[in-house]
Formats: sequence, C-alpha cells, structure tokens
Amino acid sequence: MALTRNSSPHAHGPRSTQWVMQQVLIATVPGLIVLTSFFGIGTIINILIASITAIGCEAAVLKLRQRPIGFYLRDYSALVTAVLLGLALPPLAPWWLAVTGTAFAIIIAKHLYGGMGFNPFNPAMIGYVVLLISFPLQMSAWLAPSGLVIDGTVAATPGLRDALQIVFAGNAIDGFTAATPLDAFKHNSGLLVENFYQQTPQFNQGRWAGFGWEWVNIAFLLGGCYLLGRKVFTWHAPVGMLGGLTLMALFNYDGGSSASNGSIIFHLLSGATMFGAFFIVTDPVTSATSNRGRLIYGALIGVILFLIRSWGNYPDALAFGVLLMNFAAPFIDYYTPPRTYGHGKSGTIIHRSKED
Amino acid sequence: MSEVSYREISRNGLWNNNPALVQLLGLCPLLAVTGSVVNALGLGLATLAVLVGSNTAVSLIRHQVSDAIRTPAFVMIIATFTTCTEMLMKAYTYELYQILGIFIPLIVTNCAILGRAEAFASKQSPLPAAFDGLMMGLGFAAVLLVLGAIREVIGSGTLFANMDLLFGPMAANWGLQLFGDNYGFLVMILPPGAFLVTGLLIALKNIIDARNLARIEATKSKPLKGSKRVRTTGAIQ
Repeated sequence: MALTRNSSPHAHGPRSTQWVMQQVLIATVPGLIVLTSFFGIGTIINILIASITAIGCEAAVLKLRQRPIGFYLRDYSALVTAVLLGLALPPLAPWWLAVTGTAFAIIIAKHLYGGMGFNPFNPAMIGYVVLLISFPLQMSAWLAPSGLVIDGTVAATPGLRDALQIVFAGNAIDGFTAATPLDAFKHNSGLLVENFYQQTPQFNQGRWAGFGWEWVNIAFLLGGCYLLGRKVFTWHAPVGMLGGLTLMALFNYDGGSSASNGSIIFHLLSGATMFGAFFIVTDPVTSATSNRGRLIYGALIGVILFLIRSWGNYPDALAFGVLLMNFAAPFIDYYTPPRTYGHGKSGTIIHRSKED
Repeated sequence: MSEVSYREISRNGLWNNNPALVQLLGLCPLLAVTGSVVNALGLGLATLAVLVGSNTAVSLIRHQVSDAIRTPAFVMIIATFTTCTEMLMKAYTYELYQILGIFIPLIVTNCAILGRAEAFASKQSPLPAAFDGLMMGLGFAAVLLVLGAIREVIGSGTLFANMDLLFGPMAANWGLQLFGDNYGFLVMILPPGAFLVTGLLIALKNIIDARNLARIEATKSKPLKGSKRVRTTGAIQ
C-alpha cells in the first residue's frame, strides 16, 4: 500500500487562486470607473499596456523556466499585478513607463524569486518604486481632475485621440497637469490649514479631502468592502493599516496650524490610502501569515505611510511602506504564531519539552 | 610548499575563484563605484596595483613576521600601498580621485586583498604571490569593468563617457551616446542596480559553469552496462 505523506494544510478550500484573482479584478472596477471619470482614458490605456506586457513577460519567463504556461496564465496573478500597477501609474504616462514597470515586476520581482507564491516583495509595488526612483518627472505628472477650476479655467482631460498621441508619440501633457492634494498640502508654508483649504482649488472645491481624489478613495473602499464580503481576505491587514494611519494622524493633527500634518479624513481619503489598504497590503503572499501578524503588519505600514507623507521627500509613500514591511513580514511571523491545536495560548513558541 | 602552477593561479583568479563573483569579497567598492566604466576602471586598476604590491611584500616578509601579529602587519603593508596609489591618483588623475572619493582609502579594508595576503601570499614565494595578486586583481577589475559597462549603458545610455579622466585629453571623445540625450534609467545608477546586475552576473557565471560541467560529463566515456560474457546460446542479433 502506498501512503503518500502530505504537508499541511490538509483542509483545502474550494477556492482556487483563479477565483480569488478574478474577485480582485472585479473589485477594482469601481475605482477604475471613478479614476476614468476624473482623469480620462489614461488609466485604461495604462492597464491595457501593463496587461499585455505582463502576460507576454509571464509567458516568456514560464517558457524559459520550463513550467506549464497555460496553467500559470490562467490563475490571473500576472494580470492582477498589471492592473494594480496600471491603476497606480499617472494617467497618460508615456507607454514605456508601464512596460518597464510591469516587466520589472514580473521578471525580476516575481519570477527571479521563484514565481507565484515565492516572491518576498509585492511585484506591483517593486515596479512602482523602480519607476518612481528612475523617472521622478514622469511619475509625478498627474493630470488635473476634470471639472477642477484653477484660476478660472475648468480642467478637462484630453480625448481619446489626444490621449493616444500623448502616450505613444510623446506629446507634452504640461497643459493638463496639476498638483495632487497630497503634493499641494506638502507645499503649504505658513498658512493655517483652514485658510490653505480656502485658497487652494484642489481643496475648496472638494468635499472632504481634495477634489476628485476623495471619490477615488471611496470607490476603492467600496471595492475593498466587496472583497471583504466575499471573504477574499480577512479584515486584519486593511483595518490595521487604516488604524495605524488614523492614530498617527490623530496624534499629529494640531487642530490646523500652519505646521499641521493634515487631518485624519485628509489622510484617509488622499493618495493611495484606500487602494493600498484593500488591494496592496492584503496580498496573501508578501504579508504576514497569521491574523495577529497581519494586524501588526498593516498598522506599521500605516505608520510608515504617515511618516513619509509628513516628513519625507515624497508626497505619498504607500509603495515604500509596503516594501519595508515586506522585509519585516517573516520577522512578524516569527513572533505571532497562531495557536497550535492542543497547545496553550497563541503567540507562544512551542519548545520541545525536556522529557522528549 | 607544494609546486604551484601558474596556469592554476591564473584560472583561479580570473574565473574559478574570482574575488567578486565567487568569493563575493570587496563588494563595497564593487557596488558603490561601478556606475560608469571610467569609475570602475579607475578603482579596478587601483585595487590591482595594491593587490600586486601587497602580495609581493607580504610574501617577502613571511618568514620574519610571527603568526600572532601577522594581521596588523598585513594591514600596515596594504595601507602603505593604498596610500601610494592614492597619492599617484591625486597627482595624475585628480578629477577621478575626487569622484571615487572615500573608496580609494577604503581599498585598505577590501577583504579580497587581506584575504589573498592571508590565504596565499603568506605561504608562497614572492613570484607566485605577485602573480596571484595580478590575476586576482585582473579578475576583480574585469568584473568591475563589466558591471560598470552594463550599468552605464542601461542607466545613463552612454559607454566610455568621461574616459579622459583616466587617459587624458586623447580619450575625450571616446564616449558613445547610445539612446539619445534624454535617456536615463536612474535605478541602474543607484545601488539597487549594482545589486541586480551583480546577481545576474553571478547567475550567468553559474550557468556557464554548469554547461561546461555537463559538457565534460558528456564527453567522458561511460562504462558499458550489462554482461560482457560472450554469448554462446540463442540467436545472435
């Protein structure tokens, strides 16, 4: 009789990687719609370029590694990386930006470390950071959200034809760009927050945290709630991250002086907060493993996010926070083992007793 | 001491036991200054000079220095040669000296040099020791050069730019502009690029080694399997 020995986990859920990845793709739709309505067709172009690159690179590397190509392409993980990177890139960025970032993410950050499930760092965030470090000019050129009135002119996003020319032919987009709320807030010097809000178009036309961006964040929050409802991930990592960010913002918000670091609602609904909380820190491969570990992992990302936003050189810092905590995830895992069945409290590392 | 083969020494230094790709020694300058060919070549030559000098000197005094104090003695020797090199660079290639900055004096702490003094030069007569220093230095400089070339091409789109810093005015127009003026891929110039390219070079070396090994295995004659007795019954096929 042949008894095969399997390692844990012995209980398998009916959910495949493919199903989980499909759910993530579905959940990005609200965010994509809002991004498109404010920033035009650019995000969709980004996602298309990134997806084609990702599938091409994935297939090529799988062939080189002599792995089944169809099997790994059908789990959609490369596509998810591409879509997340495409959402994070500035709309109407030159085409080679998405191609370089995605190729870097798939080939170096994912496959050189062993492929799906073995990558210690979030591939999409590696791609983003490589681009941010290498091409700061292109990566910081965000469009003005359409409908924003700056100095009497209403910002409009370019149509499809113009957009394609900007992306592929390298036409200048200077006429369309504006500082993001985080960027604008970072350069507030000497004004009370209240006065600054009144004087800055990004804020005086917005409702809570900057025109356009607040709705982008709310849309990603909705998508995230959908994923939570489908039990794609547990609440620990996102709540940890939002909690860490909220606490830091609470302790450092001094009621709106000129040196203030921004209110809680400003930080929660700005930049990549919600996108990160529900689509990046919930990555099962690169985050901590246990629920308690994920709470700590998320909270520390929130803290780093706030630290760099407030005192660092970059206006937003989700990618840096996530990558730094990716480093720390094994360390967190070491101190937060879940309770083993039949043993004492959780968090105790089981040592072999002396009688053994 | 057993007979040394110069062939073996050169093969070790350049390939089999390459200080950068196999021993992974001296990574600090390797990663820090290989942003361009001229920097890499400058530091490679400086290291080569120090390595040859220190290996020879260590070998000459190997019977006079007792074991207990050999490490400080070796470091003193290496520091002397490093200072000489530094002064030479200051005199003849001042701009390059300024660009390389702290990494010239840091050659003293390059473990590849102390490692060779300890592992080879202190047990060999001067000629093999000097030859070993030459080969190890060449191996190190070659890796620096390849790394610098790859990073310069991908990172800033140029090759052999500013070579006049090292070779004087005649090299002023050696530089090649490969991808246009606005090209720049900053991450390759920054430290992450150094780590990435070093890793890929090590992988490439391992692939080549594995292929060579497989080829050698394939050419070896395999012993015949099965019985060698002459078949005496049944049909002969």
